[in-house]
Amino acid sequence: MDKKNVKGFLEFVYDFYKSMKAHEITLVYEGEITHQITKAFTSLTESNMAKEEESNSVQKKVFHVMVECLQNISKHADSFGSDDFLFAGRGIFMVSKGDEEYHVTTGNVIENAKIEELSKILDHINTLDKEGLKQLYKTQMREGRLSEKGGAGLGFIDIARKTGRKLEYHFLPIDEDTSFFVLTSTIPRTE
Amino acid sequence: METIKIMGTDDTPTVILDAQNDIFEISGRSLPEDVTAFYDPVLTWLDEYSSSPNAKTIFTFKLVYFNTASSKLLLDILMKLEQMTEAGNDVLVRWYYPEDDEDMQEAGEEYADIVDVPFEQVGYTLS
Repeated sequence: MDKKNVKGFLEFVYDFYKSMKAHEITLVYEGEITHQITKAFTSLTESNMAKEEESNSVQKKVFHVMVECLQNISKHADSFGSDDFLFAGRGIFMVSKGDEEYHVTTGNVIENAKIEELSKILDHINTLDKEGLKQLYKTQMREGRLSEKGGAGLGFIDIARKTGRKLEYHFLPIDEDTSFFVLTSTIPRTE
Repeated sequence: METIKIMGTDDTPTVILDAQNDIFEISGRSLPEDVTAFYDPVLTWLDEYSSSPNAKTIFTFKLVYFNTASSKLLLDILMKLEQMTEAGNDVLVRWYYPEDDEDMQEAGEEYADIVDVPFEQVGYTLS
């Protein structure tokens, strides 16, 4: 970096900091999601919430949602893209905290061929009420099989049940073969 | 029969399977990196135990957290206990949940609905 670029970069850092503050982001990460990362992020967020005397039930919900979101990336993110920034098990992970709610957001690369099936699963979950979600969870637990990577197909259902909200998601096209899948889950801070 | 005694960590539960002393217990937190590898020995142990079980088997679940992948394996364990019941053995599942944890209580109710095995819910207060 020459002098001008360094200045530009440092300004970017400040802008980045301001954006994080504006969006009330308390944790952001991009990279490979491993079991160690999952443990580190959940325990960090847990201790922050305990310090802020968040209610037990909110703490538990945030913990549940974080684990399932992180495991979704580590088990399902696709290994596509030309350069070294798109790898299997990689993605972006964000936690933000507002006055009313927590948001847990993930983004990862997905093959376009899988979009239809994934949308179908998510849309179906979004049509269900509390009782419907409970039935679906039970059915899936009984009939579903663990995938090679240990996915049980239960994560999205669990997130919907724990948050009591619809799954908010979006696919942004990257190229002919891949898209960026963003999912954000909201955990209300008030009962 | 050999005893299984696994001490819990922040991501794996304590597991005690001790036929001599009538202790059958899974407690703590369950989000192992590899759920299948973690629970396989438990399922294998139960297979062996079910061929000549004690007069009464009281199996205790006292979990404070488990992830969805673990929930599937917990069901596999409960199904083994169901098979033992069907074979005419005296089995009781005791599902402990913290008094203020509705989700853990509900999880117990759901398992009780799915498997046909005597099932007791026990609320406790975290001290």
